[in-house]
Amino acid sequence: MTAGQVSHGVQGQPGWIDEALREHAQHEQAEHEQAEHEQAEHEQLDAAQEAPDAAGRRQLPLADREQQVLDRIDRARRRRPRVREERITMSHGAGGKATQTLIEAVFLDAFRNPLLEPLEDAAQLLLGGSRVALTTDSYVVKPLFFPGGDIGDLAVNGTVNDLSVSGATPLFLSAGFILEEGFPVADLNRVAESMRAAAAAAGVQIVTGDTKVVEKGKADGCYINTAGVGLLERDVNLGVAQAQPGDAIIVSGPIGDHGITIMLARGELDIEADICSDTAPLNGLVAGLLDAVPGVRAMRDATRGGVATILNEIAKAANVGVLVSEDQIPVRAEVRGASELLGIDPMYVACEGRLVAVVPGGEADRAVAALRAHPLGGQAAVIGHVRDEQPGIVQLKTSFGGTRIVDLLVGDPLPRIC
Amino acid sequence: MRFVDEFRDADKAHALAAKIAALCEPGRQYKLMEVCGGHTHTIYKHGLEDYLPESITLVHGPGCPVCVIPMGRVDDAIHLASQPDVIMTSFGDMMRVPGSGGSFFDANAEGTNIRMVYSPLDSLKIARQNPDKQVVFMAIGFETTAPSTAMTMLRAAREGLKNFSVFCNHVTIIPAIKAILDSPDLRLDGFIGPGHVSTVIGCRPYEFIAAEYGKPVVVAGFEPLDILQSIYMLMVQLSQRRSEVENQYSRVVPWDGNMAALKAIGETMELRPYFEWRGLGFISHSALKVRQEYAAMDAELLFQVPGVRVADPKACQCGEVLKGVLKPWECKVFGTACTPETPIGTCMVSPEGACAAYYNFGRMNRNRVAEVSAS
Repeated sequence: MTAGQVSHGVQGQPGWIDEALREHAQHEQAEHEQAEHEQAEHEQLDAAQEAPDAAGRRQLPLADREQQVLDRIDRARRRRPRVREERITMSHGAGGKATQTLIEAVFLDAFRNPLLEPLEDAAQLLLGGSRVALTTDSYVVKPLFFPGGDIGDLAVNGTVNDLSVSGATPLFLSAGFILEEGFPVADLNRVAESMRAAAAAAGVQIVTGDTKVVEKGKADGCYINTAGVGLLERDVNLGVAQAQPGDAIIVSGPIGDHGITIMLARGELDIEADICSDTAPLNGLVAGLLDAVPGVRAMRDATRGGVATILNEIAKAANVGVLVSEDQIPVRAEVRGASELLGIDPMYVACEGRLVAVVPGGEADRAVAALRAHPLGGQAAVIGHVRDEQPGIVQLKTSFGGTRIVDLLVGDPLPRIC
Repeated sequence: MRFVDEFRDADKAHALAAKIAALCEPGRQYKLMEVCGGHTHTIYKHGLEDYLPESITLVHGPGCPVCVIPMGRVDDAIHLASQPDVIMTSFGDMMRVPGSGGSFFDANAEGTNIRMVYSPLDSLKIARQNPDKQVVFMAIGFETTAPSTAMTMLRAAREGLKNFSVFCNHVTIIPAIKAILDSPDLRLDGFIGPGHVSTVIGCRPYEFIAAEYGKPVVVAGFEPLDILQSIYMLMVQLSQRRSEVENQYSRVVPWDGNMAALKAIGETMELRPYFEWRGLGFISHSALKVRQEYAAMDAELLFQVPGVRVADPKACQCGEVLKGVLKPWECKVFGTACTPETPIGTCMVSPEGACAAYYNFGRMNRNRVAEVSAS
């Protein structure tokens, strides 16, 4: 930016603010008539309780005015998303609102089709009579090697998990590598070996691949993309839109291990803790759950954006309220400690081997028992339930005994965690 | 977890809440201001207002370091960062604060190199690793963070680092509180005093609030029970018609402050004659600049800083929110044009900002929630 552009702001308002305000004014105008109509109705109902304000207008009681504003915000949030930025910023990759806006406004807009539209972890296709799930994911984690894993097993497990939580049996993976000139072959061998081991553990095969090398400085060591296909053999109908009031919400284990491990592994914080990434293939755990409770409504693996993001996806897709209890959410003491120090909420921190499941309320105990029977689900717990009240909103009952909203993440304090 | 869980005990909170409610005089409304943004964050994050009777209103004060930075200073910082061979370092909070042409994140997308640091000392590491670059630390914050900037400058001087400087935006809390006390459109009953600032400046500087303005002050810690207890202590003072400065956070805050920290600030920084605060306007002797003796580390002298003044967007009511005159949701653009993704005002950016805290954590109508759960 030049000084000339800066000083431009002194005379008028900066362009992007003008635009936001203009948009705001248009919508306000449209709502104005409706509001007046409502107010007229209100005055007829109970004029005695309302004191006229300075302008002589009757003012609604405080709680009603607050509700009006909240309703207006709700409508604003439902409007079609639009990317305001002229360039991609780090927020667009953080998994929060900016990422969602980018996906919906750019990619969904360009590629729109009924298979893509649900924006689930994997697309469900019909191929020659078989139901097949297809997914893809890229991995740019830094550092490449961290306690509990590396970019290799992360790349295999992540794709296996996206297939698993869509109800598919993962079968075949592709692997694409973007390597930076100068990257040590020994490191590449290490990554390949852990991909082999992860694929063997998950029972999948890596059957095709691609390699590109870019000049030094054009990439950061090694990036990996994996895609995967799996067979949808079970007669299940999974999707966050299926959630219904009364359903229980379950997590399969302690949350936030991966994200905090990566943050500490960067060594920028001078904090040490005995934590490992939780990266693991979830297909076995999912199979156990679906065997015990075929009526599972939805599953998601809690990666970027953490459990909070999934809860919001549930609330929005099914237009239901979600209420969770802070007390019930399993978090390791080390993760909690590091989060407190860093001012991070573990609810937003990524996991790489945990899932969130929505099951009918009556089957919650059976589901938790099935998860706990698997080594990866030993600390599975019901963390809350789906309800009618406050549709679209996730509320948290805090350990302190208060309530608050758990919204989508805006920015991300954790750069490149997967 | 020790030292955390005991300050979040729901049973103790219920007991305190009952005592607070018992102290409310019938028909009287109480307005208490928590000066510090850290308190605002705690209040919303833990849902503390659920414990308060309707007659007590918490007013969110100006103590959020990011929120009080005027747009022009952000533009100045981006101008500094776009000079050749400059690496700027900044706390994460500042990265999304909008200037007139966008935020630090946007500037980075345009080619500047503004890096997030967790401690100002990290800037020295970057300076050592990049001897051919000038590393400018974007210093913000109240007396809480000023000592760490001062220590960084002292260390840079000791090491003889030639490529480190500070763009100083440190502000001081007392003039801001005084501005609020003198503001005609606000009637407050008492103050929840800023705990972290007080670890540095102590409790004495607040005595004028009790003595001259007759308002009680209780310096408070940052766990929810700390705040609830401070509200109780304020209510006791009010019920006894007392106005004194009390220290709830005595486990951390010494009455006379931290002499070593104050000395480090005094050695490296001095008061500016005046400084512009976002929403509050110019307040005299309310901010710090780099001392003459350390001119070699003063980015404002090393570079040409345009020093632009950017008027706040007309629709933005950050000033009223910062003074506690308006509740966040009463601002005309709250939540529609101004959201955490596209913040127009600074109060919407920092997690300590009143608007962001309300938008992220509190965006529910408590009366309506009560109605729903009762039905």
